[in-house]
Amino acid sequence: MIPATPYSAPAKLAHWLIAALILAAFPLGLYMHELPLSPEKLRLYSYHKWIGMTVLLLFMPRLLWRLVRPPPALLPGPAWQLKLAEATHWLLYLLMAAVPLCGWLMSSAKGFQVVYLGLVPLPDLVGKDQALGTLLADLHSSLAWALMVLIVVHAAAALKHHLIDRDDTLRRILPFVKLPSGDTRP
Amino acid sequence: MSSPRLAWSAVLLLAGAAQAVEFNQVQPEETKLVFTSKQMGVPVDGGFGRLTGQIRFDPAAPSAASARLEIDLASIDAGSAEATEEVVGKQWLNVKAFPTAGFQSTSVKALGGDRFEAVGQLTIKGQTRDLIAPFTFRQEGATGVFEGTFVLKRLDFGIGEGTWSDVSTVANEIQIRFHVVAASQHENVLQPH
Repeated sequence: MIPATPYSAPAKLAHWLIAALILAAFPLGLYMHELPLSPEKLRLYSYHKWIGMTVLLLFMPRLLWRLVRPPPALLPGPAWQLKLAEATHWLLYLLMAAVPLCGWLMSSAKGFQVVYLGLVPLPDLVGKDQALGTLLADLHSSLAWALMVLIVVHAAAALKHHLIDRDDTLRRILPFVKLPSGDTRP
Repeated sequence: MSSPRLAWSAVLLLAGAAQAVEFNQVQPEETKLVFTSKQMGVPVDGGFGRLTGQIRFDPAAPSAASARLEIDLASIDAGSAEATEEVVGKQWLNVKAFPTAGFQSTSVKALGGDRFEAVGQLTIKGQTRDLIAPFTFRQEGATGVFEGTFVLKRLDFGIGEGTWSDVSTVANEIQIRFHVVAASQHENVLQPH
């Protein structure tokens, strides 16, 4: 078996933290949107925005870390799979920033400033404009659905490697896992 | 000897007229009433589109001033279509039962410079509470501009009942800012008393 190199600890941490935040924000977004106006709705909207802003906040050091310390090379496989994996990863990066950014823009356009954790007022990115707000709301939703589809593809591929190919693709991003085939960098 | 006397009485008349400039024609088009509420720490701006009033204000004699303002509550804009629809409802302003809110002054006093203070009663949703509203006054040509801000505690008037009475989501304090423009009536003022 080809020795697999695990991801670095900061990369693992960022991966799972952001995954958890996105997987919380998405169903919360779907649920809160359907609620009639109530204090609960206002609270959930705020929590949703805070989660999104946290993703955006973590995204920047995560991207920097990836550029400074590139992830281990993909395990060998058919060329189309390697290409697809590469494209999926970069699209995931693009959307994990674009979705919260679009939500922030939309909140500004709708006339609701984002106050992070109820404490830190973030600047409005655009002025109040209902038509733009509606447009950005549609875009935010479409991009979020696209992100979900990508996450499903990404997770399905990881499971396929783990359960069918039986390689270390999934294991090398898992926390607290020692890779049996050694963790020396190539 | 009659001409200096005539001149002197003209001066007196003008001096009297200058002191008695009374701003008493509220200009609804230029008058604005806006507010900022806080939802989960997020400031949200709103305002009222229709407001009428009777004001009598002479900056030289503020204690004789009086003001009555009436706000058409159905003209509210609460910052978003959803919120505007909500706040006219029963739990908030209950506009069907209480279509207007009103302020009636009981006294006005000078605080020095261009600053004044109106004391009176504010009635919203059938509840009347005392209100002290500090304001500034400045003259712009033939009109007078009154500007001020005060904090209204919404629960004092039962604005936001039931689950909405939770002030951790929508704060109790609502900041109100008013900008009232009133013209003076020259015809009346220049007539000798």
